Amino acid sequence: MGVEQVLGHIPALRRYARLLTGDATRADDLVQDTLERACVKWALWQPGSVLRSWLLSLMHNLHMNHLRDWRHDDGHAALEDAPESAHDPTAEAAERMDLRQALAALPPPMREVLLLVTVEEYTYAETADILGVPVGTVMSRLHRARERLRKLMMDNGQVRRPMPLQLVKR
Amino acid sequence: MREPTDRVDDDELHAFVDAQIDPSRLPAMLAWLQANPADAARVLQWQAQRVQLRQLARAVDVGETPAALTEVVAKAAAGARRRGAWQQAAAVLLLVAAGVTGGRYWGQAADPDETAMMAASPDFVREAVLAHAVFVPEKRHPVEVAASDEAHLVQWLSRRLGSPLKVPSLAKHGYQLLGGRLLPGEGTPRAQFMYENAQGLRVTLYVAVFEPGQAPDSTSFRSARVGDEEAFYWIEDRFGYALSGNVNGPDMQALAREVYGQLER
Repeated sequence: MGVEQVLGHIPALRRYARLLTGDATRADDLVQDTLERACVKWALWQPGSVLRSWLLSLMHNLHMNHLRDWRHDDGHAALEDAPESAHDPTAEAAERMDLRQALAALPPPMREVLLLVTVEEYTYAETADILGVPVGTVMSRLHRARERLRKLMMDNGQVRRPMPLQLVKR
Repeated sequence: MREPTDRVDDDELHAFVDAQIDPSRLPAMLAWLQANPADAARVLQWQAQRVQLRQLARAVDVGETPAALTEVVAKAAAGARRRGAWQQAAAVLLLVAAGVTGGRYWGQAADPDETAMMAASPDFVREAVLAHAVFVPEKRHPVEVAASDEAHLVQWLSRRLGSPLKVPSLAKHGYQLLGGRLLPGEGTPRAQFMYENAQGLRVTLYVAVFEPGQAPDSTSFRSARVGDEEAFYWIEDRFGYALSGNVNGPDMQALAREVYGQLER
């Protein structure tokens, strides 16, 4: 099998890119760049490894490059701190809307980790591999992402007080 | 009993939320959460985030995959196949250059130096063999302009080659014209016509139109065998023709005579 097997992963890549960028056009641009890169580097993919992880890893690198290019002139540490505005005032299910806004407000490296771990269900080690960072970095980004989401959603008054934890003893 | 040192850190709380915790740590985890309501509250909120994020992901409707995206991959896949074909063709040419394959005059006494003939054959014949090897295996795009548009094909190629072309018919030998394509050549472009019979065998006719004064010396009808491919070529005035195919010798001769005869008229 050749590079054709990438075709089967396109829908999943588009879905992931949509959540990552928060924008349909940017998402498909990113997917297109990822596919082009995958085709050029196809010989480097190891058939024994997981193709989707490899594609996500290519996408990650391109996404970071894009962000660097876009914000090159801003003069602030965009990657870690600058929130992205992806505010969409049209109301959907209120809860989702707020989560989407909060997700968009996360710095991209945190958002990536959160999506890879929760939505794509990669292990921490796999996530570290895809992003090319140590597992410790994955854990600290995951922690900061979750805490920031929690705070953002509480600021919006959307988080109900948690139910008291009930433990069932065995 | 729980040891007071059996504490749980944030990493483990996340691992609990993400179902990545070591199962042997579950009792300690549950005990910790019971004893630490603030952590329990955080874990619950993280868990809620996780559920909502997954719902959000499921709700994303990306619709149909745009053709632009699949084309990126399809083109690369076609390119990879083509590169494979070029490598094969290049290997064939190496054989040719090494004089491994025999060539022979057709209807004349054998050339004493016939093994070297293909190597000494005009450049356009090597181009023809290469182009044949590259495009004959193409399933989807063997030709640029299909035979169904023959008038346009002839007009287009004639204009690009700067000389009126005729497309011979091989129908009475069972070969239908598939169409043609334009290829780069030394100085002037080349045309390739492809024919196919009912068994799917393909032959190509390669036509070179040389600049005035640039044409190689006219040759009589010659043939060369390149691997399984039989190639016939001849040069007349400013035109060089090469017919290539993986067809047995006598049949190939018949096809070549047919082409030759039609182009003569």
